Amino acid sequence: MYSFDIQRPTSVADAVSALGAEEAQALGGGQTLIPTLKQRLASPSVLVSLGAIAEIKGVCTGDDGALCIGGGTTHATVAKEASAYPALAALAGNIGDPAVRNRGTIGGSLANNDPSACYPAAALASGATIVTNSRSIAADDYFQGMFATALEEGEIITEVRFPVPEKAAYMKFEQPASRFALVGVFVAKYADGVRVAVTGASEDGVFRWTDAEAALSSNFSADAVPAAPSGDGMISDLHGSGAYRAHLVAVMTKRAVAAAS
Amino acid sequence: MPKDHGIGASHKRREDVRFLTGAGNYTDDINVHGQAYVHFLRSDMAHGKINSIDTSEAEGMPGVVRIFTGADFEGVGGLPCGWQVTDKNGDPMKEPAHPVLAQGKVRHVGDPIAAVVADSLEQARTAAEAIVVDIEELPAVVDMAKALEAGATKVHDDLDDNLCYDWQFGTDTETTDAAFKNAAHVTTLELVNNRLVANPMEPRVAVGDYSRANDEHTLYTTSQNPHVIRLLMGAFVLGIPEHKLRVVAPDVGGGFGTKIFHYAEEAFCTFAAKACNRPVKWTSTRSEAFMSDAHGRDHVTKIELALDADNNFVGVRTDTLANMGAYLSTFSSSVPTWLHGTLMAGNYKTPAVQVNVKAVFTNTVPVDAYRGAGRPEATFQLERVIDKAARELGVDPIALRRQNFITQFPYATPVAVEYDTGDYEATMAKMEELMDIPGFAARRAESEKNGKLRGLGVNCFIEACGIAPSNLVGQLGARAGLYDAATVRVNATGSISVMVGAHSHGQGHETVFPQVVAEMLGIDESMVDIVHGDTSKIPFGMGTYGSRSLAVCGSAMVRATEKIINKAKKIAGHLLEASDSDIELKDGQFTVAGTDKSVAWGDVTLAAYVPHNYPLEDIEPGLEETAFYDPANFTYPAGAYACEVEVDPDTGKVTIEKFVSADDFGNVVNPMIVEGQVHGGIAQGIGQALLENCAYDENGQLLSASYMDYAMPRADDIPHMSNYVVDHSCQTPCTHNPLGVKGCGEAGAIGSPPTVVNAVIDALHSGGHTHVNHIDMPVSPSRVWAAINGQ
Repeated sequence: MYSFDIQRPTSVADAVSALGAEEAQALGGGQTLIPTLKQRLASPSVLVSLGAIAEIKGVCTGDDGALCIGGGTTHATVAKEASAYPALAALAGNIGDPAVRNRGTIGGSLANNDPSACYPAAALASGATIVTNSRSIAADDYFQGMFATALEEGEIITEVRFPVPEKAAYMKFEQPASRFALVGVFVAKYADGVRVAVTGASEDGVFRWTDAEAALSSNFSADAVPAAPSGDGMISDLHGSGAYRAHLVAVMTKRAVAAAS
Repeated sequence: MPKDHGIGASHKRREDVRFLTGAGNYTDDINVHGQAYVHFLRSDMAHGKINSIDTSEAEGMPGVVRIFTGADFEGVGGLPCGWQVTDKNGDPMKEPAHPVLAQGKVRHVGDPIAAVVADSLEQARTAAEAIVVDIEELPAVVDMAKALEAGATKVHDDLDDNLCYDWQFGTDTETTDAAFKNAAHVTTLELVNNRLVANPMEPRVAVGDYSRANDEHTLYTTSQNPHVIRLLMGAFVLGIPEHKLRVVAPDVGGGFGTKIFHYAEEAFCTFAAKACNRPVKWTSTRSEAFMSDAHGRDHVTKIELALDADNNFVGVRTDTLANMGAYLSTFSSSVPTWLHGTLMAGNYKTPAVQVNVKAVFTNTVPVDAYRGAGRPEATFQLERVIDKAARELGVDPIALRRQNFITQFPYATPVAVEYDTGDYEATMAKMEELMDIPGFAARRAESEKNGKLRGLGVNCFIEACGIAPSNLVGQLGARAGLYDAATVRVNATGSISVMVGAHSHGQGHETVFPQVVAEMLGIDESMVDIVHGDTSKIPFGMGTYGSRSLAVCGSAMVRATEKIINKAKKIAGHLLEASDSDIELKDGQFTVAGTDKSVAWGDVTLAAYVPHNYPLEDIEPGLEETAFYDPANFTYPAGAYACEVEVDPDTGKVTIEKFVSADDFGNVVNPMIVEGQVHGGIAQGIGQALLENCAYDENGQLLSASYMDYAMPRADDIPHMSNYVVDHSCQTPCTHNPLGVKGCGEAGAIGSPPTVVNAVIDALHSGGHTHVNHIDMPVSPSRVWAAINGQ
């Protein structure tokens, strides 16, 4: 990797200030950024590690009953402590391997918005709120395509608020090599309706499968899941065609509905 | 009772103590005082004409010692190919130049263009980015059939086309055609044997060192065969006499064949160390390994099987395209020919077997031997077509195989080899017992209740190991002898160092070889150590590949130990005042037969080195013997494998529920290590069958260039140990080596891929998907789903 300076601020304010420097880059758990640096595919002048900021770590329940997870909380911590939202805890406990889960953070994952990452499906299906150092962003507004989000330059995710559903489940069909989601479907049933978010499948990144949401909102059963969506616009690569991914969207949705608890 | 010492004991591996406690001495652990580091600038395009390379800016960058390009290697030999194949017209194969650094053209992604030697690796990388390379991109040839079309872009401009050789072998065309013409049934199958990347845990490393004081070169390298590297690099590439070149391969972290070959980076580091008068180190990154380690397999085959009205096999005919990649790697030419064609008879008494192979140059990484090397390709096509024939004829695939087994030994096949011994019925029966074939129907019904399709796949295989009789392979085009060597050095107090030509890079030689010597001498194994991997310490052996270590080098060690025993008996006879013909050696004691007069091993060895009371007029002092052993024939391990899979018809995902192997390895020295070898081999075979896929796009870009896209088998892809049964109780000892051993290193990787695919096809047919006759490996979820849905 190229040389860079590193800073380890202990407060969000200091981190925001440090990120104001030219070519500064925030570092969460580094599970994407460090390999990128090692391949010399990025060359920040300053890395601002968020790992020492205690105020953005941890899991708690908010006044409105939402599960609140600090942006710097690792997947392992979420897996252990998000028992109020079992489907989310299970998702976190099945990301990558133990090394990834002990380093990777929810804020880092959502900021990166990898089209095959798990967390974006949970956030979008839960109608979560992404809280940053300067504002709150609804998940529906936050995800803007592959690796693209509503975050501004230097903006830091401090917290993610998940309304806890009546029932939910996440079903991931793993890409055989990376074991990222080839297709992952998060289904969440709330009093006012069902939300279904799909990761891994679309060239536009995570998306809501609205046909399934409508059908499941009136009849929450696997049999109600509609036929697979069109394969147009789905990712097609070594591991599967767009049509295959589209097919898996329906299969994984059915399985998520059946498993929802 | 299992034995607790010597031959037959399941000792834990003594080398694992250092490997598992971080005390191993791997090549990358070797650092020579004052060393510089090299970074190779590699081509990111598959094919292009080099117009210019401007290193002027890079040369002035911090830490740069020197920058090399192809021009620095003009007049230096290219990397040689170790096996000349003669084509069906009697002409030698096409052998294009293989420069250390690209000259004139780049021919695959990863082809080294320039090498930057600098004080640190990061400095070398940074300087490499400042090299300005003007390369005119040319169309790439990737698909083998297209590469052979008239007018296709040529990988090597000095050749007529992209054909390396057109080889035909086995039964003559007239006889073969007659067998097919008269057949009652012919089954045809077209298939791909997928390109693989070996992926040893330790990437390749080379450290070149040069001593100006005495004009001596040392190369530390990740090699399976240090003497082969010394010979090839010294004699053919750099022109360094062997007494001035030492090659050291210390603890090497896995090879699987890909560390047999002589690579450009080894020659470069050796050359540059002298040119820079400074040690030069290279450590491959994993990304580099994907585009510079020789790949494996990559055959496209059409196979036909002819049967008579009674379902006897009467003919096998194959047409294969074998990918050589852009250059001929060290043993690449031999893999699709002599390591493949000679096995096309399989376990069956088919009278006519004809093999046709066209080897093709493409703009891809060179392809060479990978665990099994040619034999997995032979087994896969033969066992897949037999399975298809059984289905077409409506007969039981086990019965069809059984009916056609070779049962009389020795057996001369139509493809030039003579199987010395075997009992295919015994391994088949053992497999059936272990698999509980009668219980399959109930297990299938249970799977169906859960919405899954269950399939049973079986397979038989034969391999030729213990490579190889030198005079035979010499006739076939090998440019090397394939004997091996061992020196048994007995020390004064009776401990023993055995210097062996075989190389252990995971096999456990340090545990197994002493078991043999200790058994022969009746002493404790802890008194015996193995020395390997350093040309300055060991006799000229040929290294480890082709499941040969114990069969060939172990035989040399037995011969040397026999010489030790003969001499020691003479010394003992002198000490005991008896004729050496009356001396018996048992449990480390030399005894005069029929008396209680004896002398201990340690007293005899001490006398050899302190020869005060010693027959100096008859024998020399000391106790050290060397033997070279050249095998009389290949060895022929064989086996019967079976597995049960579950297919999820909704996703196409295949899971292996149970895997059983019944192997005949002849005699076994350490059963635990043999079982471990088979477990590992099957895991790699499962990897090939279900997961691994080295893929290029039509422009020659490597699509699976990291573990993000190249799927390796992991623990949870393998059945739980209780459903992963490896058996080697069927033993027909090899008839021509002193230990009666055959070799076990490759069997699992050879026998398992067709077993898995046969099981998947069986599962799909049980679910009514009877239009699916074949799925190319890897049988990934998307491919299974596409096959089910006719996509």
